Amino acid sequence: MGKGKTLFWLIPALLIIILIPPVTGSVTTREGVFLILMYVTLAVSLNIILGYTGYVSFGHIVFYGIGGYVAFYLMKFHGIHLIPAMIMGGIGAAIAAFALGEAVLRLRGAFFAIATIGVNEAVKALVNNLNFIGGAEGLFFNFRIYNTYGGATKAIWFSYYTMAALTITTVIAAYLIKKSKFGLGLMAIREDEDAAIILGVNAKRYKSLAYAASALFPGMVGAVFFFKAGNIEPHDAFHLIKSIEMIFMVMLGGYGSVTGAVTGALVYERLKGFLLVNPLFKNLHMAISGVILLLIVLFMPQGIVGFIREKSKKLREMLE
Amino acid sequence: MLSAWLGATLSGILLGLLYGLAAIGLNLIWGVMNVINLSHGAFIAVGMFASYFMANYLHLSPFLGVFLVLATGVVLGMITYFISLHRIISAPELSTLLATYSVSLIIIGLGTFIFTTNPRAIDITMGSVSVGGTVLPMTRILTGAFSVIFTLWLYYFLYKTWSGKAIRAVSMNRDAAELMGVNTTMSLALAFGIGVALAMTAGALTATIFPFTILSGGGYELKSFVICVLGGLGSPLGALLGGLILGLI
Repeated sequence: MGKGKTLFWLIPALLIIILIPPVTGSVTTREGVFLILMYVTLAVSLNIILGYTGYVSFGHIVFYGIGGYVAFYLMKFHGIHLIPAMIMGGIGAAIAAFALGEAVLRLRGAFFAIATIGVNEAVKALVNNLNFIGGAEGLFFNFRIYNTYGGATKAIWFSYYTMAALTITTVIAAYLIKKSKFGLGLMAIREDEDAAIILGVNAKRYKSLAYAASALFPGMVGAVFFFKAGNIEPHDAFHLIKSIEMIFMVMLGGYGSVTGAVTGALVYERLKGFLLVNPLFKNLHMAISGVILLLIVLFMPQGIVGFIREKSKKLREMLE
Repeated sequence: MLSAWLGATLSGILLGLLYGLAAIGLNLIWGVMNVINLSHGAFIAVGMFASYFMANYLHLSPFLGVFLVLATGVVLGMITYFISLHRIISAPELSTLLATYSVSLIIIGLGTFIFTTNPRAIDITMGSVSVGGTVLPMTRILTGAFSVIFTLWLYYFLYKTWSGKAIRAVSMNRDAAELMGVNTTMSLALAFGIGVALAMTAGALTATIFPFTILSGGGYELKSFVICVLGGLGSPLGALLGGLILGLI
């Protein structure tokens, strides 16, 4: 297994994107880039279970919601700083995923996908009825909480840099997982689970760990996002459409490849922005996304990056 | 006390039959093609709107219009199959899940654009029947009866007609069926068409009871999943029974 050269250009490329808003000082660009970074992190981490392992997690947004809620609760009621709260949120989501994984990862194929939708709906209903975390109305911050970070404006920049660091970490981690023995085991499970078990892959443990790894980063993203938003409610935190958006991004860019997930997230954010702003398409953006998704599934199932990899041997090791 | 209990049970049974009918469409497609039809809810909503427009503009009673909805549904479903599923029917689940989901996005996107998400209802009053001290609206009784009729019809179709037997053969072993001279492509398309048609029919019947929007299919889709799991795959009567259980709860 060669080490590959993907990270040598992917990380600098991401850093350039991250540095655009601080250099220009534009708030609009910052919001756009924040969204891109969030999408990149979500897509890259979903790819660990979806692309590497071949299990379709349809309700993956549940971990984003769990992480968001854990961190929000800690920050609001215990006055914990964003960074440790975020880490706690991520760990909370990962533990939840590991525990759930032991149960639902026994299911294969479409049954697993349906079960994850069920998990998301169940957690949403549970949070809706838990009063100590605000029930259906959710929680919101007292404005004073931002004083720790030097006021609201600085707090938003702080969350931007946190998200940037998180994105870089996620991309590196996803790449290292792919290149490790663990990643190889996951891909063996994707190709043929029974054969992988016979060849000595501890499929059950591997799958649960992969599920936990792919839940860790969305949990942290949820923490940062809801810190920035200042309020959290079950409807926002467990929105099934966001799950589908994550799958859309991975499919668009290329299933199983880190570059693919990053590309998919970038293209999707631009596309969504274009469709929502364009007067002709703004009411039809959902239908158009549907048509595009259908075309990808039917004619380019390997995604943009997969397509390039197939055509060009030279670029192949650049696009892991 | 007793009459309230009786009333709740009766309306639960009638509603359960309707849920069952919606689930049979999903169940058939799942059992025969091994495809989870995520556009199920969207087609239920299409059925609701079809019934609404027939009642308002053609002045056709929803209970007559439902046959027209059924016929349209078969055609619409077959077209959907050939556009979105035929190429990837043997691909892994992810492809078929995403393909049917994108169909749902297209339908709901267009529906939101054309009809907006304002709630609508069919204005229909057909009197009511009093059973043991409780009053049941006639529309509920009729929807329950129609659900049973359509289920029995499907049962007859699958077990007694040649095309139905072909569909069952394809669900058991696609390659063997092909070798025995069954046109598997047409059988799969027909199965998908019937599944979609049943979803639309259930939607058309539901529209006579509850108000609806283009987005209300989602809730019924979730109920259909639960029923499919409760009733078991592949048998129409099992789905009806699952529906009854859910209706009574």
